[in-house]
Amino acid sequence: MGSISEFLAMGGYAAYVWPAFGVAAVVLVGFVISTLRTLRARERALAAREGADHAETGGERTA
Amino acid sequence: MANLHKFANPTLFLRLSRALLPWCVGIAVVTMAVGLYLGLFVAPPDYQQGESVRIMYVHVPAAWMALFVYTLMAVASAVSLIWRHLLADLVAKAAAPLGAGFTLIALATGSLWGKPMWGTWWVWDARLTSVLILFFLYLGHIALTHAFDDPGRGARAAAILALVGFVNVPIIKFSVDWWNTLHQPASVLKLGGPAIHPTMLWPLLLMAVAFTFYFIALLFLRVRGEIAARKLRALQLARAAR
Repeated sequence: MGSISEFLAMGGYAAYVWPAFGVAAVVLVGFVISTLRTLRARERALAAREGADHAETGGERTA
Repeated sequence: MANLHKFANPTLFLRLSRALLPWCVGIAVVTMAVGLYLGLFVAPPDYQQGESVRIMYVHVPAAWMALFVYTLMAVASAVSLIWRHLLADLVAKAAAPLGAGFTLIALATGSLWGKPMWGTWWVWDARLTSVLILFFLYLGHIALTHAFDDPGRGARAAAILALVGFVNVPIIKFSVDWWNTLHQPASVLKLGGPAIHPTMLWPLLLMAVAFTFYFIALLFLRVRGEIAARKLRALQLARAAR
């Protein structure tokens, strides 16, 4: 146990080292989540639009 | 020229990015895992800075990416302005928030490193100030991209900002040599080879590779999202015109 708490203490710099890694993790993970969410929402909207246009024009190709 | 346009074709981009995405994710995950392990457990504490030196393993790769992403945006902006290429616009638009994110990480971790080492969270010296300006250039690019109803006009305005602002990139790189600063000079990318021990250089390089492939993977996904948004917009305009 001693070695784990020693590791977490970071030689007295825990208050600086862990927030630094934390900030990086939050930003990097946040971009993954927001990117995937936006991509899925747009692809769903596009598929719905294409489906509706297809139905309206009776299968005729639109722009 | 014909070749360049072939590669900038969205259909080809979609095919290529789909094929490369799993490799980018795999490389990013593996190098980040090994880099974190080496950086946190194997690399020794610095003889002057103690354990606080481990902040370097996120701070330096993030700062490199902040410059790399901006350089990529400047190239994409030049391509966009000269050849009016849609994909170049979408790349610049998709990259800007990621670049701002890397710059934010560099600034925040630098502050967290500066407090115990320099005794201050912030100092208005050449390196820190020029990186803060880089952050504002990214924010300005994002704002300009969204400032017009016509996405083409927004992209053009943002491209001009990206090109004009590129002058800041060499200023950041050489700021530690040109001016007196608290920030230490380059220890990896310098003439005569890296002045850093391999036990510290390896985790640093692995983290840099991880950040690079993380960025490429996310850029692929975000450009895919931008292509979908443009297609949707085109369909909506066509529908409104009917």
